[in-house]
Amino acid sequence: MSGILVFAEQREGKLNRVTYEAVLAGQRLSAQMGLSLSVALLGFGVDTIAQELATKKANTIYLVNNEHLQSYTPDGFSLAMRQVIQELQPKYVLLAHTYLVRDFAPKLAASMGKSLIADCVSYKLEEGNLTLVRQIFQGKINADVSIHDSAPILISFQAGAFRGDDVESGSAEVKALSVKLSAEEIRLQPQELFREAKQSVDLTQSKIIVSVGRGIKSQENIAIVEKLATALEADIGASRPICDSGWLPMDRQIGSSGQTVAPKLYLAVGISGAIQHVVGMKNASAIVAINKDANAPIFDIADLGIVGDLFEIVPALVEEIEKAKAEG
Amino acid sequence: MKIIVCVKQVPSRDAILRINETGTWIQDRDLAYDVNEPDAYAVEEALQIKEKLGGEVVICSLGPDRVQMAIKEGLSKGADRAIHICDPALDNLDALAQARAMAEVIGKEGFDLIFTGLQSDDYGFAQTGVILGELLGVPSATIAMAVEVQEGEKSVRVKRELEAGWFQWYKLPLPASITIQSGLNQPRYATLKGIMNAKKKEIRKVTLADLSLSRELLTPKQKIERVSFPVKSKKTEIIDGSAKEAAAKLVTKLKQMRVL
Ligand SMILES: Cc1cc2nc3c(=O)[nH]c(=O)nc-3n(C[C@@H](O)[C@H](O)[C@H](O)COP(=O)(O)OP(=O)(O)OC[C@H]3O[C@@H](n4cnc5c(N)ncnc54)[C@H](O)[C@@H]3O)c2cc1C
Ligand SMILES: Cc1cc2nc3c(=O)[nH]c(=O)nc-3n(C[C@H](O)[C@H](O)[C@H](O)COP(=O)(O)OP(=O)(O)OC[C@H]3O[C@@H](n4cnc5c(N)ncnc54)[C@H](O)[C@@H]3O)c2cc1C
Repeated sequence: MSGILVFAEQREGKLNRVTYEAVLAGQRLSAQMGLSLSVALLGFGVDTIAQELATKKANTIYLVNNEHLQSYTPDGFSLAMRQVIQELQPKYVLLAHTYLVRDFAPKLAASMGKSLIADCVSYKLEEGNLTLVRQIFQGKINADVSIHDSAPILISFQAGAFRGDDVESGSAEVKALSVKLSAEEIRLQPQELFREAKQSVDLTQSKIIVSVGRGIKSQENIAIVEKLATALEADIGASRPICDSGWLPMDRQIGSSGQTVAPKLYLAVGISGAIQHVVGMKNASAIVAINKDANAPIFDIADLGIVGDLFEIVPALVEEIEKAKAEG
Repeated sequence: MKIIVCVKQVPSRDAILRINETGTWIQDRDLAYDVNEPDAYAVEEALQIKEKLGGEVVICSLGPDRVQMAIKEGLSKGADRAIHICDPALDNLDALAQARAMAEVIGKEGFDLIFTGLQSDDYGFAQTGVILGELLGVPSATIAMAVEVQEGEKSVRVKRELEAGWFQWYKLPLPASITIQSGLNQPRYATLKGIMNAKKKEIRKVTLADLSLSRELLTPKQKIERVSFPVKSKKTEIIDGSAKEAAAKLVTKLKQMRVL
């Protein structure tokens, strides 16, 4: 066999939906390249997830059931996945670029002397030649990356690169595949998953959010956007660096490691629009961005944009809003 | 505790990027550079551990002469010495090949902990620390929001950040390689005294000739063929005019949207 193998991600017995994005990428590539499509599911007692995956169009779902895979560890998952790859000899291995994949896939690749082509946003197939598109410089620039390697070629795709809802239904055969793992090989001891103490601010219900990023330059300047938030009767949100620096509390953070919000209006001030921020706010009904860099990725998802200096625009905006409110 | 901190120098976040004439890379001649953001947190974390437990913090950076700026920043803050891997032959490698060069140097140097940033701001592969762990035969953990060396210095507890506000602690035997996430501490500034002291600290240079890596092992398996600005998928309406004009137009739009 020399087809396409997709890694299915589950944690604590639940399928990570982003898996379907990788499956869809696999379905498209398998159709275009005439390769078979398999999915590998690693875990312990996760048969129902295998059945769920089997309702999608693929040739085979390989269920790798092993007690050492019950809790995720990079050691267990990379050792098991390596055996699966050796057994199936796929030409391509596709993964979704999640936190879990970041944790073990580079190790898996390096253990086979392979170079993982990580965090791709799309691919191009020209005359049978596969090129991957990656974002570099935090999404400001795209790079076309060519592959100079033999099988297996490992590729991870950014969350959102494919629409998981478009995954084709079908029926796949579920096959068990066994791997050999021993307790000594697993050097890490995982403990329970947990969340920090309950967040005191719930931005998920906010109607309007004014969100501030590093363009604000200093903690003192936060007051400038706070005035805007007050004028708009909005809640205040922030990008990660603002919370990392302690300029606003952690529970204001929006993005992959913060809150996911969907307000009527999201006003991004001095935020570049890195993918980890965008995943947390892209479902807002309207997005307005104020940024001095016309090439900032935030303008790719904004409905309305003002290119310019926030220190001029935000005070002017507050003034105009007050004026409009006074006029009723 | 001997901690190696890998520090990468990357173009400043504020830098306006231009693409070179051949469309193969950015114009990097007049760029301003900074320390990769999470790497600054990694340096701080290493210094705090050293202050508690004693030992040594060694900065390791691979890149051309300009990366000495990044190295000196670490030394000024209190790192003990540095290794600068510097060879034009090592410049355009992929993450695996570059990590091979770093792993050989770090392996010979010896270590209890390796800290890297979780991902670089420029190329963004998010792999180097994990590959180093694999190549050096030690366990790794990524996206650390806390690092606690356990009593006896035989193991370390790492608080890993997961998606959507979840966390998980992992215990790893030492030596180990850990990738550091921004925000796990508050990095210090270098003091004037620190900057003066740094001038006396050792920066050991390593070139390809010092390494036993074959050409084969250093051949990149993925290559950047072309770079371009992303094509916008959504039509953003850009509001122009002076700050005041733009603000007035935006207010009109907000009224139409009924948020005002
Ligand atoms: C002109 C040019 C051309 C390039 N062409 C290619 C190409 O064709 N193919 C390709 O794959 N790559 C290419 N690269 C990028 C490449 O060299 C990457 O920097 C390398 O692959 C490491 O990946 P990363 O920076 O994404 O590291 P990541 O894994 O994202 O970095 C994580 C962490 O590892 C550490 N680290 C990474 N790099 C260094 C370093 N140099 N010194 C010290 N610590 C470090 C840091 O702690 C960093 O926070 C090119 C770079 C340049 C400048
Ligand atoms: C695993 C992981 C998880 C992450 N989770 C999150 C997350 O949950 N949330 C999050 O936000 N980030 C997260 N990040 C970080 C993310 O990758 C970006 O680094 C971050 O979002 C950038 O924040 P920023 O846009 O405020 O800063 P920058 O990227 O530095 O952008 C600042 C912007 O301000 C503009 N600007 C500067 N001065 C002015 C001015 N005077 N007027 C107008 N505009 C100006 C600049 O043009 C620039 O576009 C995560 C990263 C990783 C690797």
